[in-house]
Amino acid sequence: MGADGAAGTGQSGHSGPASSSEPGSSGAGAAPPGPGSPAGPGTPRGPVQPVSQDPAGPLLSLVHAAKSFGAVHAVVDASIDIYGGEAHALVGENGAGKSTVVKMLAGVYQPDAGELLIQGRPAVLAGPAAAQAAGIAVIYQEPTLFPDLTVAENIFMGRQPLLAARRIDRRLMRTEAAALFERLGVHLDPARISRGLSIADQQIVEIAKALSLEARVIVMDEPTAALSAAEVARLFDVVRALRASGAAVLFISHRLEEVFEICQRVTVMRDGRQVLASELAGLTADDLVRAMVGREMPQRTAGERSQPGDEVLRVERLTREGVFTDISLHVRAGEIVALAGLVGSGRSEVARAIFGIDRYAAGTVTVRGKELRRASPAAAMTAGIGYVPEDRRQQGLVMDMSIQQNVALASLARLRQGGFIRSAAERAFATDWAQRLRLKYGRLTDPVSMLSGGNQQKVVLAKWLGRRPALLIVDEPTRGIDIATKADVHELLVRLAGDGVAILMISSELPEVLHMGDRILVMREGRLTAEYSQADASEEKIMSAATGQLERAG
Amino acid sequence: MRATVATPDETTRKPPRVSSRRLTERVFRIRESGIIVVLVLFVAVTVSIQPRFASQQELHFILANTTVFALLALGQTMVVVSRNVDLSVGSVVGLSAYLSASLFGKVHGIPIVVVFLVGLAIGLAVGVANGLMVAIGRVPSLVVTLATLYIVRGIDILIVGGNEVVAQTLPNAFIQIPRAGVYGVPYLAIAVAVVVGLGAYYLRSYRSGRELYAIGSNPEAARLAGIHVGRRVFTAFTVSGAIAGVAGVLWAAQYQTVDSNAGTGYELTVIASVVVGGVAIFGGSGSAVGAAIGALLLQTINSALYVLGISPFWDQAIAGLLLLVAITLDRVISLRLSAALRRRSSGVGT
Repeated sequence: MGADGAAGTGQSGHSGPASSSEPGSSGAGAAPPGPGSPAGPGTPRGPVQPVSQDPAGPLLSLVHAAKSFGAVHAVVDASIDIYGGEAHALVGENGAGKSTVVKMLAGVYQPDAGELLIQGRPAVLAGPAAAQAAGIAVIYQEPTLFPDLTVAENIFMGRQPLLAARRIDRRLMRTEAAALFERLGVHLDPARISRGLSIADQQIVEIAKALSLEARVIVMDEPTAALSAAEVARLFDVVRALRASGAAVLFISHRLEEVFEICQRVTVMRDGRQVLASELAGLTADDLVRAMVGREMPQRTAGERSQPGDEVLRVERLTREGVFTDISLHVRAGEIVALAGLVGSGRSEVARAIFGIDRYAAGTVTVRGKELRRASPAAAMTAGIGYVPEDRRQQGLVMDMSIQQNVALASLARLRQGGFIRSAAERAFATDWAQRLRLKYGRLTDPVSMLSGGNQQKVVLAKWLGRRPALLIVDEPTRGIDIATKADVHELLVRLAGDGVAILMISSELPEVLHMGDRILVMREGRLTAEYSQADASEEKIMSAATGQLERAG
Repeated sequence: MRATVATPDETTRKPPRVSSRRLTERVFRIRESGIIVVLVLFVAVTVSIQPRFASQQELHFILANTTVFALLALGQTMVVVSRNVDLSVGSVVGLSAYLSASLFGKVHGIPIVVVFLVGLAIGLAVGVANGLMVAIGRVPSLVVTLATLYIVRGIDILIVGGNEVVAQTLPNAFIQIPRAGVYGVPYLAIAVAVVVGLGAYYLRSYRSGRELYAIGSNPEAARLAGIHVGRRVFTAFTVSGAIAGVAGVLWAAQYQTVDSNAGTGYELTVIASVVVGGVAIFGGSGSAVGAAIGALLLQTINSALYVLGISPFWDQAIAGLLLLVAITLDRVISLRLSAALRRRSSGVGT
């Protein structure tokens, strides 16, 4: 809520329990609130001074930190002050250095220059264990749990309550875990094994772990990227509970509306530097975007839209039991069809079936008039389909291979000479596409895992574009991608459509759906429930079709 | 399975804490109870065909053969649970068996305890070498222990040459170790059962034991959780090596004639036992007790086929079949389990 954000900022001068510096105390922030509390004597840090400062000083500061990996300067000059009782946003493009900052706070990396202050005292975090001991907990984008162990064990690994003779007290461990979930206001069974937990629940387990560690600073690295709206709401309740207990939350997100909803202060990074540090009150999303990218977001204008040509894809009555039912759709050349719906409504599964990854029970897929063989990605590729999956790390890229190898992966037939891949041809091919897509990289021979998420996505796109597909299926093309790269990706898709490529785009972001889709199809629980042209689509209409508030539409 | 899983989740949106716990517990119980059922069935069928199988001598024979494998299975469980594998144990058994047993002939009146300590030391040395290369050198354990399998066997052959230790050189007290017992149950088997039980309890109820499971379940997460992965893995290999060293001495006492072939191929039988006993080959779950029962099952099958007069070829074929069944079950159960858990945790929709 905006109201909450405003209230929070009003109190951002309040000191929380940071005045009581013992890390064990978790009493509510009972210190006198004071919008006019004396501005702390904090030394000037970073190009822009924080507007308000806690008299007790920040819980955690990074001062002019730098970190390089070989020739890549991931972080040049990063400063950030995090105070108790606040949710602090860290925003910036992908590749701006946020992840590196997170890893420095987590003890995974040590800064090459600059220093880390914990409650004003210089500290060196030699490893994750040291960061944990210092009261810093990191909730990663993809939580790292032990799938074979119980939820309670995941929380207390290495710190299990003990009985005599150092035996683990399982019962106490479970009741303590239950108590933590109680504090967070969520329902999870401590005794179940964690395999099969949703991402949201996995994050909750990680947060419970942070709580049990008495963490004072909880870093959340894009926690909402894979959550549904209800799960985001639950997470934000948890964040508020954490703030109320005096802890600091460092919140990293690309969704600026979330930043404004939950955070009080913000640090913006660009190209490895801190470019803005301020209270959020009084700022607009545009201000942040400008600070992040240094330019305005481009808009797709009506003039760019091309006239759709011949039908490229026709799907008739496609059915896979229990997953999707009776899906019929078509995409024409030069047209972008957006497939909207809630997470789990079967959109990705339809895409996977079209591309031949999953077998379908009934129906047909026709590409340029020719019916496609079932369950054969090779046939789909031959027919001219490119598929950019939702999970690019697992399904879209070979993370250990180089950028150039990944780009060339789908075009090997073209780069082959006498049965061997010519490295020079591969290189030229990859260089060409890297430039066209404005890829940011060190060397083309670097493993693709070194790239930021947005640039990885560009590599996946390049891989398929190299085949000159007639139909491109993109699943959540901009998930977890920063705004500038997102704009690049959008621009690219529009340009492709202009060149006559048919595009089927799955997206959970309504603005993206409305902005990009010439036609918008909505799925709910495995069925198509609505179709809108761009002119008469609206967020409300799409949401109601996706949630079932209108049963028949379009 | 279906009927109990499908609780009506649209009516009560209360979290199904109790039922999901029961579900996991049931599956874990299945893991060990399944193999016991197979064991009982196998014995029952064999006895009904050939009543001679239900004798004390037969029981003694099976248990005596199982002790070495059950011990090795304990060490192997520690290693496998941490997503590693120790292929060198067979060679360690061979080297330790020869070197320790030959001491009786060389040093007159050497105390048996010293002989065991020598075997232990040999195993420790190999275990430490394995552990260092895996934990510090970051070399995959499959490669490291395959190398030490060959190296240790090579050393064994160099030392032994065409010689062998023969029963006459061994003191009677030593030979009696695997033989003394009550009602066909060797004392040694009881001792091994206690050791395996303690080992399983350690893995289950001590922090360092749980950390081995954590490492096997998700090595990256283990590192992030501040677990000393290298140290734990090193310990697992050291213990596995040490156990193999001791098992080698017991092997000598059991079979008395030791040449350079002793223990050849044991590593595969042990890994088969461990997997049949319900330890996931990619780490993270399973118990030492299950692994020991797996060893017992394989030895029982071995003896039963002999008693029934079936070609020993079938022994290996059945062991292989059991492996496939165990791995398939493991896979099916984990898929079913995660699907069931996902279904209930997502509650409405999906």
